[in-house]
Amino acid sequence: MKNPLDSRWGTVICGFILTAVLYYIARWIVATHTGAAS
Amino acid sequence: MWGDPIMRWFHVLAGVMWIGLLYFFNFVNAESVKEATAAGEAGPISKYIMPRALAFFRYAAVLTWIFGAGLLSQPALTHNGVNGFVAAFTLGLLPDQGAMAPIGIGAWLGTIMMINVWGPIWQNQKKILGIKPATDEEKAKARRVAFLASRVNTLLSIPMLFFMVTGPLTQGQGIYH
Repeated sequence: MKNPLDSRWGTVICGFILTAVLYYIARWIVATHTGAAS
Repeated sequence: MWGDPIMRWFHVLAGVMWIGLLYFFNFVNAESVKEATAAGEAGPISKYIMPRALAFFRYAAVLTWIFGAGLLSQPALTHNGVNGFVAAFTLGLLPDQGAMAPIGIGAWLGTIMMINVWGPIWQNQKKILGIKPATDEEKAKARRVAFLASRVNTLLSIPMLFFMVTGPLTQGQGIYH
């Protein structure tokens, strides 16, 4: 399998996928560690 | 009163310099060097452009981090006795610190990128540019490692910038609720 980092588009697409994954993690932490929920 | 805006201003100024050069290296320079090397004309790029560009790149990375750390450490961000810097770097997982999770993820990504700049990228670029003695085989390996490390930073810059613009405690945080 080709390394996505060898392609500019592969790098950018991986960046957007990682953003989506981290966004949901951040959302979960905000929901579970804020105010009375924490 | 002026501390926050001044630090924010310099954080962004240094950040534009850093990420601007990162995108120059990845989206412009890498292909240009490949073509120039094939034409036997890459010498001036390595001799005149890269050392200067890498110096601005390295120091802009450090300054961005320092101003970012200053912004996080402000007393105004201390909540329930926990300093904002600590809350961010513990990813908002301390009790009632959840609001610091988004900027904390951004801060960690920026920190990993800054370490990447001074570690794998710069240590290997020194061999490629002849600042540190290396055999042709070592230079070839250094070129690959520096390239991949730079691409990792390009990848990480995408979520890092997302969390930098949505993470601070402003209206942008609405997307996390």
